[in-house]
Amino acid sequence: MGDLFRYEFMVHAFEAGTIIAIVAGAIGYFVVLRGSAFAAHALSHIGFAGATGAVVLALNPIVGLLAFTLGAGVAIGALGNRLRGRDVTIGIVLAWTLGLGVLFISLYRGYATEAYALLFGEILGISSTDVVVTLMAGVITLVAVIAVYRPLLFSSVDENLAAARGVPVTALSIGFMAILAVAVTEAVQVVGVLLIFALIVTPAAIAVRFTSRPALAIGIGIVLALAFTWLGLAIAFYSPHPVSFFITSLAFATYVAVRIAEPVRARISRTTARKATA
Amino acid sequence: MTDQPAIVGRGLSAAYGSRRIWTDANFAIEAGSFTAILGPNGSGKSTLVRLILGLLAPAAGHIEVLGEQPRRGNPRIGYVPQGSYFDPELSVRGRDFVGLGVDGHRWGVRISGTAKANAAIAASIQSVDATGYADRNLGRLSGGEQQRLLLAQALVGVPEILLLDEPLSNLDVRNQQSMVQLISDVARRRQLTVLLIAHDVNPLLKHIDHVLYVAQGRLAMGKPDEIITSESLSTIYSSPVEVLRDSQGRVFVVGLEEEVSHPHG
Repeated sequence: MGDLFRYEFMVHAFEAGTIIAIVAGAIGYFVVLRGSAFAAHALSHIGFAGATGAVVLALNPIVGLLAFTLGAGVAIGALGNRLRGRDVTIGIVLAWTLGLGVLFISLYRGYATEAYALLFGEILGISSTDVVVTLMAGVITLVAVIAVYRPLLFSSVDENLAAARGVPVTALSIGFMAILAVAVTEAVQVVGVLLIFALIVTPAAIAVRFTSRPALAIGIGIVLALAFTWLGLAIAFYSPHPVSFFITSLAFATYVAVRIAEPVRARISRTTARKATA
Repeated sequence: MTDQPAIVGRGLSAAYGSRRIWTDANFAIEAGSFTAILGPNGSGKSTLVRLILGLLAPAAGHIEVLGEQPRRGNPRIGYVPQGSYFDPELSVRGRDFVGLGVDGHRWGVRISGTAKANAAIAASIQSVDATGYADRNLGRLSGGEQQRLLLAQALVGVPEILLLDEPLSNLDVRNQQSMVQLISDVARRRQLTVLLIAHDVNPLLKHIDHVLYVAQGRLAMGKPDEIITSESLSTIYSSPVEVLRDSQGRVFVVGLEEEVSHPHG
């Protein structure tokens, strides 16, 4: 076990992975609650075009990624949470921006590794500066989530009711997507744009199957995201296979196990309830 | 009951852009009274609610709610929106939902006053007899259970007015009756002014003081047995309207919409 932290790159990976897992687990709850899983997925793909574009312009890909996810996030947020056909609109934009991404890759000569890292994550290549930047971004997103917690929960559960109580639902919808854009940009470093679901959506999707208490669900989501990241990193260290594979597989396996166990758990709780009333 | 009416409309008109919904409405809702808002689909019943909530400005005329201009987020109004049925996948505890009625509109997280908030939430849930299922997942509750928790959410802020937009639709007859009884009891106990939008007046007849009819661009208000008659509705809407009564005293209004206004329609 001591080997794990002997190398600096592993320490950085654990540091960044921990920050990102906390952010992803927390924001993922609202993504699931608001039914915005596809929007979260789309944000990362749209961000891919920004990142590859930045590489072509010899800029830091993270800058391009953040610019595109933020732009797309604000636009999706402005479309409104309940708008019918929203996913179709997002999908159309998503396809076009992925096309742009392909163009940008072809324009850049040393594309292979850069593109691969963006698509599938490169957590083992994180520098100490990256860790500091991730920490700052992580703190900002968490503070933002805490600041909008109650009205965001309210408008996610019942938008009409929240609006009548004076909650600025459209501004919140835009604000939330902007927060999500920053979180997605951070998470891309770990799992890449293609695998973002595993860190942002899966832990929260599992958590809401365990509890209907919002704060507890967020807590469980964070713990799961941390467990997937830490275990994934540890297993990958002793194996020749990529970290992203282990993180996504752990998330997937846990989700499947929970879904399979659900009917069993329901039967047990029914039996206990019957015994209690008897 | 106080002398001052809870809600007053004078020469009030509602419109969405250039599309007029209804015009020149004059009414006064007595404080502490129970009023049913009736009328065909699309006649502008919910529009009236939006005006009272301050979500829509009047196109013309004047409206006063508890002696002031309507304003968004007025804590003196408890509201249950139309079609508020929760997605089965929505994983939020009933108790947490009712809690949103306490401080869901405030920024940040609840830091202080947790004990006080929890007591208010528990009392509100108790007042609608929902304690047995308040800790269960909102999305998995029946329509009647969800409506009771929606009512608890509306009541938790200790409002003076209750605005209920079709709380009875999607409920079976038995549930409709117990829901109306509950609303009526709570309202009397707390001296609330209740406005309830409904499709069918029959489950409400025993409980309401007034009926506010919204149809064909006009509003008309009166006591139920005065206004729900063939003569008065025909006069108000200057078209032949017939009110039929069956052997059990149920009323059916024919002529305000194309088809018969059916009790379960």
